[in-house]
Amino acid sequence: MTGTNSLIQIKGLRDGLLVSLDDAPWDEQRIAFLAQVDAQPDFFKGARLALDVASQVLHVNELVDLRDQLSERGISLWAVISESPTTENTAQLLGLATRVSKPRPEESRQFSVRDLGDETALFLERTLRSGTRIEFPGHVVVFGDVNPGAEIVAEGNVIIWGRLRGMVHAGSKGNKNAVICALDLSPTQLRIAEEVAAALNPQENPKPEIARINENGKLQAEFWSPG
Amino acid sequence: MPAQVITVTSGKGGVGKTTAVANLAVALASNGSKVVCIDGDIGLRNLDVILGLENRIVYDIVDVIEGRCRLKQAMIRDKKLPELYLIPAAQTRDKNSVSPSDMNRLVKDLRNDYDFVLIDSPAGIERGFRNAIAAADRVLVITNPEVSAVRDADRVIGILEAEDKGPAALIINRLNPALVKKSDMLSADDVLDLLAVELIGIVPEDENVIISSNRGAPVAHDPKSKAGQAFRNIARRLKGEKVPFLDLDSSGSLWERLQRLAGRK
Repeated sequence: MTGTNSLIQIKGLRDGLLVSLDDAPWDEQRIAFLAQVDAQPDFFKGARLALDVASQVLHVNELVDLRDQLSERGISLWAVISESPTTENTAQLLGLATRVSKPRPEESRQFSVRDLGDETALFLERTLRSGTRIEFPGHVVVFGDVNPGAEIVAEGNVIIWGRLRGMVHAGSKGNKNAVICALDLSPTQLRIAEEVAAALNPQENPKPEIARINENGKLQAEFWSPG
Repeated sequence: MPAQVITVTSGKGGVGKTTAVANLAVALASNGSKVVCIDGDIGLRNLDVILGLENRIVYDIVDVIEGRCRLKQAMIRDKKLPELYLIPAAQTRDKNSVSPSDMNRLVKDLRNDYDFVLIDSPAGIERGFRNAIAAADRVLVITNPEVSAVRDADRVIGILEAEDKGPAALIINRLNPALVKKSDMLSADDVLDLLAVELIGIVPEDENVIISSNRGAPVAHDPKSKAGQAFRNIARRLKGEKVPFLDLDSSGSLWERLQRLAGRK
């Protein structure tokens, strides 16, 4: 890839393509992008395109030009995302959307860890609220609560130093030896490997518990006894 | 001092966002503050009805944003309180007519001239919600003591944390002390236990709220209503006063209440 092209990132969205430009001069980027489109006309033809222009300030004529140039190539521009209010205004004037749905980074996080050893853990020092989903290819330790509606999916063990009231899936890639521990184990659902257990009744006086798959292949929780 | 910009939101619909905005606005304005409330529920506007200003709307928020009128022209002065204004939502448009940066610009123009800007958020966590919180300095999350409403409040608080909107403050609305006593309703402690945020007010269930909303005169005007008192207390807390929480437990016989007062039970 040449130096100019590296300014431009292209990603697939649920409903089209998202092209991200940066703050380099607009004309330079426009020409570079169109060159990239012309190099792979089949890939782009018929695409619905959302354009993220960072903080570029764009006026009506600039966006109209680009929209025309794209539509000549069979591409429909439907959204322009920008940090600049002027550009947002312009986009709205042209009837373009100014937001596309992409997952919020904080709410759903997937971590990629290469060369994963057995001992890799993610430590989260906060309460996971409803709608949060944590996926991790190792162990997960939460120093806080896991509220109803929050989900943790880990390939290793999950330890909650707090109240577990959401959903936890340990050993998500099939590790039947994975365990789930919590100071108060009152989850909406627990899963270890392929085993699923539905809500346990909340306890009056919660004690630390550990859940694992027993000899009969069933999910079982027992009180934690030191030693 | 520039205005405090406060958004009231909930996630779930029907828990009392609009009622809370109307009552807080009335309580703040009758206490001498200059208040503007903005109805952020474009397409489903209600705040004008609850404030009883529906028939005075000429211009709305989308007219301001799209430049069809000046900001002042869209601000409707309250019937009773001269320092209370409403910027109504557009009824014939949708949430996409406004962007978060539009809201920021609009609120920026109000900041220097008023003490409080209250923004009423639509239900949900989509565009309208994002618009409503964009300009907020402070967010009040309102919930009912019901599992589903609390779940949605938790989700919203999580989003606010992710957006760095600072710690949310919680209003528990429509608490029924008699039901709580029979363990048929979540108590304020149950709700706080899950949400773990600062509590700024508990509003008891009160039929006067519905009656006064229908009349277009928020219950905060009514000196006898307990819900009105609760909203007035929240308003004072927003101004930084320390106000003790209401004693809502008015059930039981007179004798039991006297005993409780005397600290014997």
